[in-house]
Amino acid sequence: MAKIEWMLNGTPISSDIDLSMRLLDYLRDHQHLKGPKEGCGEGECGACAVLIDHQIANSCLVPMANVAGHEVVTIEGFAKTKRYQIIQQAFIDCGAVQCGFCTPGMIIATESLLHHQPQPTISEIKVALSGNLCRCTGYNMIIEAITLAAKRGRGEW
Amino acid sequence: MKFQPDIGTPIPRVDAKEKISGAAAYINDIDMPGMLYAKTLRSKMAHGKIIKRHYPTLPEGYAIIDYRHIPGTNIVKAIYEDWQIFPVDEVRYIGEPILLVVGENKDVIIDILEAIEITYEEMEPQFEWIDSVIHYHYEKKHGSRPFADANRIIEHTYETGYQEQAYIEPQGMIGYLDQDKMTLIGSIQCPYYVKNAVLMALGWENERVRVIQAHVGGAFGGKEEYPSLIACQLAMAVIQVNKPVKLIFEREEDIIASTKRHPAQIAMKAAIDSEGHIMALKVHVGIDAGAVIGLSGVVLSRAMIAATGAYTIENLDVTGDVYRTHSVPTGAFRGFGAPQMMFAIEMFMEHIARNLGKEPLAYRMAYVAKQYDLTATSGTFRDPILMQKMIEEAMKRSRYEEKALQYQNLHRYQGIGMSFFLHGCGFTGSGEATTIKAKVRLRREASGVVHILIAAVDMGQGVRTAMRKLVAHMLEVPIDQVIYDLPDTDCVPDSGPTVASRTMMIVGGLVARAAQRLGMEPQIAVEIEETYHQPSEIQWDEARMQGDAYPAYSWGVNVVEVAVDPVTGEVSVVGAWSVYDVGKAIDTLMVRGQADGGLAQGIAYGYLEVMRHHQGKIQQRNLTDYIIPTAADMPPMETYLFDNPYAYGPYGAKGVGELTLVGGAPAIAKAIEMAIKRQITKIPVTPEMIMELMTHGED
Repeated sequence: MAKIEWMLNGTPISSDIDLSMRLLDYLRDHQHLKGPKEGCGEGECGACAVLIDHQIANSCLVPMANVAGHEVVTIEGFAKTKRYQIIQQAFIDCGAVQCGFCTPGMIIATESLLHHQPQPTISEIKVALSGNLCRCTGYNMIIEAITLAAKRGRGEW
Repeated sequence: MKFQPDIGTPIPRVDAKEKISGAAAYINDIDMPGMLYAKTLRSKMAHGKIIKRHYPTLPEGYAIIDYRHIPGTNIVKAIYEDWQIFPVDEVRYIGEPILLVVGENKDVIIDILEAIEITYEEMEPQFEWIDSVIHYHYEKKHGSRPFADANRIIEHTYETGYQEQAYIEPQGMIGYLDQDKMTLIGSIQCPYYVKNAVLMALGWENERVRVIQAHVGGAFGGKEEYPSLIACQLAMAVIQVNKPVKLIFEREEDIIASTKRHPAQIAMKAAIDSEGHIMALKVHVGIDAGAVIGLSGVVLSRAMIAATGAYTIENLDVTGDVYRTHSVPTGAFRGFGAPQMMFAIEMFMEHIARNLGKEPLAYRMAYVAKQYDLTATSGTFRDPILMQKMIEEAMKRSRYEEKALQYQNLHRYQGIGMSFFLHGCGFTGSGEATTIKAKVRLRREASGVVHILIAAVDMGQGVRTAMRKLVAHMLEVPIDQVIYDLPDTDCVPDSGPTVASRTMMIVGGLVARAAQRLGMEPQIAVEIEETYHQPSEIQWDEARMQGDAYPAYSWGVNVVEVAVDPVTGEVSVVGAWSVYDVGKAIDTLMVRGQADGGLAQGIAYGYLEVMRHHQGKIQQRNLTDYIIPTAADMPPMETYLFDNPYAYGPYGAKGVGELTLVGGAPAIAKAIEMAIKRQITKIPVTPEMIMELMTHGED
């Protein structure tokens, strides 16, 4: 157990915690943030994705020790932004949601991409999604949604 | 009458916002006060006798649940009843669940699991396909007799591998006692399958078991029969500890222990006359059930009935066997036997043409089924078949002819392949009328709000949106006046399982009929019930496999274009085009979602998804080594729909979900054949296989 200082969804927090605990477990079990999902537990599927300092990370692979001094944003925190509203609407309009289990992770991947590259090409989108598995859609409708969000949200990122 | 847009015009998915925000509760997102966790101890042996079980002394609040805790029958209710809830003294596959450890702390549970010692006496495992448990046979017209007069006989054998459903949400369930009622919430496709299985395992009366669906993070058949096993085990645990218990699979145990697509070996033989026409086909389908037969007989019959794919062949002799082995059980997976057979027949038609020196496309086109032709089982294709026009459309959209000409003549390792296929909608044979007997209800409250009461599960395909849209459209009310909660067996009648591309056509058909009656009902607060009746012209002889195996068929054409790296044998999928007749799309955007996702799974089945066992041990353990497509693997996909309304479907709708998977593998295999100019008889077509074919293969 040790004390760490970090930011979660915009709020500074100080946690007395087992440093080897997975960030995913902390978020789901201690903070009741159920948006990040566990699909594989080994960083392959991306369902547990969160933003750490604006960069996508698989929270199942991140020990609590690594979040000390950093800012973590989950889908619940990101949902309060205007950028989320733009991405959400684009996902709905393009039919990019099916079973929904990968979706919060896909939204996080979208935000991470657009933060670094506001007007991505199709191949940049494909690379950005390569760590997020979806078994329902075949990805095209997700790629279209991201393209649409980038277009509608010009100037937001 | 108010202006109504066409039913197919897309609307927003009703559950999109809660799924995007992460608020939709999947099974692992649900916690209950005092809830315990369960974890499974699995067999490490493919076949063995349990000689001794050493259980450690358990800390207070922990329990071990095994076969001795089953009050009712030690069988999971499925079609063929050979599936034990827990083994008594013999294990039959690696990964077979032997017992559960239940308690509060996951680390303590792991310690207990590690302290348990099971002593086995090893028995000889059987992996060869020799133990046939189910054998079927049917003939069409003169059966195999024309072989005696054949000018030439052409034969090839086709093989297909395992495929893992790889839903992103692993299997999971929570059980608890509500007063004296066993209640199960789960990631499931078929609430009443689970209920009926638990009733049999407990031996309790009907009212004392309740099953509720949580949001389902993908299923693809993998949550059809398998969750019944988990539910039965969990129910035993709940009785013992008298607290809520949650059981969530880790990805690795899901991959090694849950049901997969049946590997198949399909031997095809054609009798050819002096002009090169097919006089008759003789087909044998063998499928590997693994250690549990379960639904395998139905999978086999769907495969056998699809023996001629989208073609009409005059004489047929079709046999099939379900083999039992000491490997992981296989079961339901989108397509249910059809993907294996569609690969075999599509490749065989191509290979016959080439063996005869004929142009394959023209040769195949001549056999494409037409309205009023007899089906493989001597039923009748009663409805119009639009395949000729659909094939033309697919060729135009993909520029098939131009590309094929170019790729055939140049050695540039590029190829384009086209598959023709169909899928029978609804249960095979008389299943809907005799086994399922679907029942639906619509209840209108005094406020005018209408509840759709059906057991159909939204596992991503969008059925909650589609059904609400259907009812709202028919009653001309806003969609928010129509409610469709996640099914709960205490609230909804048994409208059947969410399988077999039956939900919109069969259940939706009943819902539409109920809505029509509701619309004419003068009383506001009223409940309407509809029950399935087989259209009288549909006749099926189960024993002889003769007649109309399905009430209707959906049809499709897939074109896939590839480039093959001649140095590594790696395949890039460059483009994909699809044309479908699904009767009438209830929502074109959702049908496109099925089309894209189904084709991605079908293509990947053909070239990417490798799963094998060695001495019964599955070699792939997780999503790092069982590869499913990423965004980078998938090409742009174009889908075109032809309306061809079916009389009994709502607004003419037929089945969608499985159709979109079955044509992918043969389309990509044909494209790879063109690219490497070698004959392919086996999927998945891996880079290793391509390199081997390029060195030693036949043209």
